[in-house]
Amino acid sequence: MLETIMPFAFALLAFSVLLGFIRLVKGPSLPDRILALDTLYINAIALVVLLGMHLDTTLYFEAALIIAVMGFVGTIALSKYLLRGDIME
Amino acid sequence: MLDWILAGLVLLGAVFTLIGSIGLYKLPDFYMRLHGPTKATTLGVGSILMASVLYFSFTTESVSLHEILVTLFLFITAPVSAHLMAKSALHIKIRQVEHTQSDQE
Amino acid sequence: MFNITLNKILPNPILSLILWIIWLLLNNTVAAGHIVLGLIFAILIPMWTASFRPENVRVKAPLTLFKYFGIVLWDIVIANLMVAKLIMGRNDKLMPAFFRIELDIQTPLGISFLANTISLTPGTVSCDLTKDRRYLLVHALHAEDSSEIIKQIKQRYETPLIKVFASC
Repeated sequence: MLETIMPFAFALLAFSVLLGFIRLVKGPSLPDRILALDTLYINAIALVVLLGMHLDTTLYFEAALIIAVMGFVGTIALSKYLLRGDIME
Repeated sequence: MLDWILAGLVLLGAVFTLIGSIGLYKLPDFYMRLHGPTKATTLGVGSILMASVLYFSFTTESVSLHEILVTLFLFITAPVSAHLMAKSALHIKIRQVEHTQSDQE
Repeated sequence: MFNITLNKILPNPILSLILWIIWLLLNNTVAAGHIVLGLIFAILIPMWTASFRPENVRVKAPLTLFKYFGIVLWDIVIANLMVAKLIMGRNDKLMPAFFRIELDIQTPLGISFLANTISLTPGTVSCDLTKDRRYLLVHALHAEDSSEIIKQIKQRYETPLIKVFASC
């Protein structure tokens, strides 16, 4: 059952990446683009974990963790930049 | 049996992630778009990670719990980043749709 | 005498425990070597980073806190179903709203817990906190009656949080 479901799940996730990408290009404002990037990295985590299950390896776990950490830091840094015009204080 | 649970979790996760992204795509203003990714996407990725925990715990015959860390991390960070994005949007005065009710006056 | 040294070695026992568990989870093992190494880190890291945490937090009612986590986890699932339904519905039926919540809770940790909970649960995102920490600005995706939502948030989330972080 899992093997039949897997391509569908990949397709759904790829479609959500596409929607996030459209929002990233379209904007219209900077916070919208930040939000789109935020969504894209969460989608990327889902894709990487799913790929790990598909290929039957735990190697991709570290990649997912790194994406989670870096994405969070990136979102915070960009929001801070909008908030103060400066990242470091 | 396990196979069915795994398939259900993966499908549920993918559908929720897609719904979050649809919200990001189609809602009319920034503050409303914020709701899609912070909620639907978090639960979607959460259930895919749960499926991964179950899958590796049962196929490799040793408990594999480290995906829980990613889930936990996402659940802690999602509201924080949503709060900061909303705050910065308010700061640079992004418009909201006209029929938004407000008690600011 | 013994108590003083124990306080110095373990200023935050809960933080140490969490760090230890995270170390074991990261390595995905319960091998003896990692248990010892994790224990060493769990003792050293809170000591080195003590100056980052000016206020010492004390949890008054751990049982209420666990019950609170249970409620929030359940609400997250419900919230997701609700938001999914709202997103798939028509745009012009949604009634977004900004409203302010007057806070009774005063401790910084309690406020951040409340704000995070609001962001994770039904159709609301916390947007801003006034400088004097008295009002929390919240945006709701669909609010037919914002005073009803405020009442629910105060009763369901704020009351147990006040009990948990009574006087730090």
